[in-house]
Amino acid sequence: MPGTTDARAGSVHDVARALARATSTAARNLRWYVRQVMGDDAYRTYVAHERSAHPDREPMGEREFWREHYAEQDRNPGSRCC
Amino acid sequence: MSAESGAATATDEIVPDPALPPTAVPAEDLKPRWTPAKIALWVAIALLGGIAWVMIALVRGETINAIWFVFASVCTYLIGYRFYSKVIERYITRPDDRRATPAETREDGKDFVPTDRRVLFGHHFAAIAGAGPLVGPVLAAQMGYLPGTIWIIVGVVLAGAVQDYTVLFFSMRRGGRTIGQMAREELGRIGGVAAIVASLLIMIIIVAILALVVVNALGESPWGVFSVSMTVPIALFMGVYLRYLRPGKITEVSLIGFVLLLAAIIGGGMVADTAWGAEFFHLDRTTIAVGVIVYGFVAAILPVWLLLAPRDYLSTFMKVGVILVLAGAVVIVRPEISVPAISEFASSETGPVVAGNLWPFLFVTIACGALSGFHALISSGTTPKLVEKERQTRFIGYGGMLMESFVAIMALVAAISIDRGVYFAMNSSAAATGGTIEGAVAFVNSLGLAGVNLTPDTLSTLASQVGEPSIVSRTGGAPTLALGLAHIMHQLVGGTAMMGFWYHFAIMFEALFILTAVDAGTRVARFMLQDTIGNVAPRFKDVSWRPGVWICTAIMVAGWGTILYLGVTDPLGGINTFFPLFGIANQLLAAIALAVVLAIVAKRGRAYWAWLWIVAVPLAFTALITIWASFEKIFSDVPAVGYWAQHRAFKDALAAGETSFGTAPDVAAMEAVVRNTFVQGTLSIVFVVLSIVVILASLVVTIKAFRTGGGENHEDPPVVSRRFAPAGLFASGTEKQIEKRWADAGLRESSGAGHH
Repeated sequence: MPGTTDARAGSVHDVARALARATSTAARNLRWYVRQVMGDDAYRTYVAHERSAHPDREPMGEREFWREHYAEQDRNPGSRCC
Repeated sequence: MSAESGAATATDEIVPDPALPPTAVPAEDLKPRWTPAKIALWVAIALLGGIAWVMIALVRGETINAIWFVFASVCTYLIGYRFYSKVIERYITRPDDRRATPAETREDGKDFVPTDRRVLFGHHFAAIAGAGPLVGPVLAAQMGYLPGTIWIIVGVVLAGAVQDYTVLFFSMRRGGRTIGQMAREELGRIGGVAAIVASLLIMIIIVAILALVVVNALGESPWGVFSVSMTVPIALFMGVYLRYLRPGKITEVSLIGFVLLLAAIIGGGMVADTAWGAEFFHLDRTTIAVGVIVYGFVAAILPVWLLLAPRDYLSTFMKVGVILVLAGAVVIVRPEISVPAISEFASSETGPVVAGNLWPFLFVTIACGALSGFHALISSGTTPKLVEKERQTRFIGYGGMLMESFVAIMALVAAISIDRGVYFAMNSSAAATGGTIEGAVAFVNSLGLAGVNLTPDTLSTLASQVGEPSIVSRTGGAPTLALGLAHIMHQLVGGTAMMGFWYHFAIMFEALFILTAVDAGTRVARFMLQDTIGNVAPRFKDVSWRPGVWICTAIMVAGWGTILYLGVTDPLGGINTFFPLFGIANQLLAAIALAVVLAIVAKRGRAYWAWLWIVAVPLAFTALITIWASFEKIFSDVPAVGYWAQHRAFKDALAAGETSFGTAPDVAAMEAVVRNTFVQGTLSIVFVVLSIVVILASLVVTIKAFRTGGGENHEDPPVVSRRFAPAGLFASGTEKQIEKRWADAGLRESSGAGHH
């Protein structure tokens, strides 16, 4: 994980910059994590898969992907726990 | 031969592609290297945990600080995870990272996607944790804090997490097959059919009891009814937003939804303050139950995108938020707890919250959080299709369940941080308290509890602080947890002025989890029913044939709706008579899941038998305790405990021409008791018979495996893996080196942070 602050960095300025960098890395990682867990990136994952595995065919559009995504859940319900 | 590859399994045939960097950590690097610093760290963890347990279990002061519960649980989890789950990994599951997971071999970008382990942990946790771990520990608090604490923490390490981990692993080895399919395959026809029928019935009972918890929390609560009703239009708005305005912007719409939820909670307080609002949203529990039943049917036939999916997003959002807030608040506020370690009701059958002795009823009152059979349905099916590397299943399956256990401990702490008299006033049924403050005070003080002296003032002040007409007999656990949360949170933010907000915030999230579970549970049960009827009438298998969907949904809603209605109108109180069915059902499902795992492990061959106790001990324990509890419910002569004893007592009273009996004031109520105990007693018999059938089938298969030296291997044939990812939350030194080699070769495919 990036974001280590170097204790020997001389000036306050350097420490501040390191802190700012660490904060922004943490924020970026958090954003990535939340988007991944919530599922925002599902379409991107799908397109990446299609491009690498089936370069011969055109992937679904974003709207179409999400429609299909929920239609599949209609057909094949998943459980939620108590 | 390495311990990882196991003896005489197909995995020995795996030959990694020499052109690729390593796909697995070499066996010699998996052996722990004990440095003095590491040893010191684990000694410190063990010491801290030990001290915390001594404080909780042995030191008897006037009060105990809640922080000890945090230390005892977290230290025990760490030790269980670091040591015991590794034993399971080494001797039972024996993962092999040179083998590709289904996510890799069948990758399709949708169902089968190799998912970052930390992300999958979040997905899996959101799917397993709900209202269950928040409710059971609250009800079990009547026995004192110690029995529940020990069962939740020890139970999860030795049973609950073992079940989740092994089911996840073996389902992954079978392409993500469900526990029902695995039962059919491993246990044969009879065991398989019994397992599927049992899971269907159990699903119905679990949905019914969860719905009962919501109805009890919202009955005669204008504020709660308003804010929880608002979740429906909020979810509909989110659904439309995601479909037509900004598809795929899930986090964005969840944030909007979250803000709207907060507005609904605040608005609910204002509405409940007005005369018209208080009147319009003041509904009795029967009306709310009918509303929930109608809602359950409509929600389950609406398309997923419109209601279920958006509410699920909100629910995930709230889940993580609430748990962080609750855990943070307990650590910061560190409430003092004056509840006794073991109360009078641990050894008496007459506890007003749930009837029955500690043995066996503690273990069925607290199901989720210690051992939850329902998780077997989640751990098989969805999660295993997303696992990137085999060794990650320990972190996701075992680790995820430890996290749920921690939630249960936090719920327990919240429940025991409130005054004990108030606790019993809230959790004793209206049949005992009469539903009035005077009745509750008289009843609670008559229990003769040491140090409890409840005054009418306490109850009326608290009710007005949380913005409720009354807090007497708000059974079901949710209101108690909400009060506990409000009690802790108001010391942190907002003072007593904010207590109403925190109380309804808690009610809101519990209702949100439960309504999602009701909707999703109805859909899954409908799906299973369609599949079953489809064997006779093939048309029903077609899930896009609407009449089939409607008919099966209606049957399932009728099933849980009936039980919900009986629970709400139960003259004996509802929760105290019906909740044991929930726990028994959940634990019997766990017994079924562990029985399937036992058969699988026995069939793996001789090299596994010495370690079979890892599965057999929790299976024996849960089977014993749950069958015992079922038998008490069926055969006990004590009317408060035995369904049939109660049934006979009321029937005899009716036959003798009596017009009131026990807490039933008239003939109609007496007839209701006769009817309800008949349903409860019958369900108990059906559950226990089905479970015994499954366990016997598993034992037969296991013994046969002993005789023949193993059995058929139903795992998918091994395929060579062509990717690498670390196994645990943090990458080890070796794992970092291997990741670097993949990155240097320009092959790094794994989805990691900072790589998007």
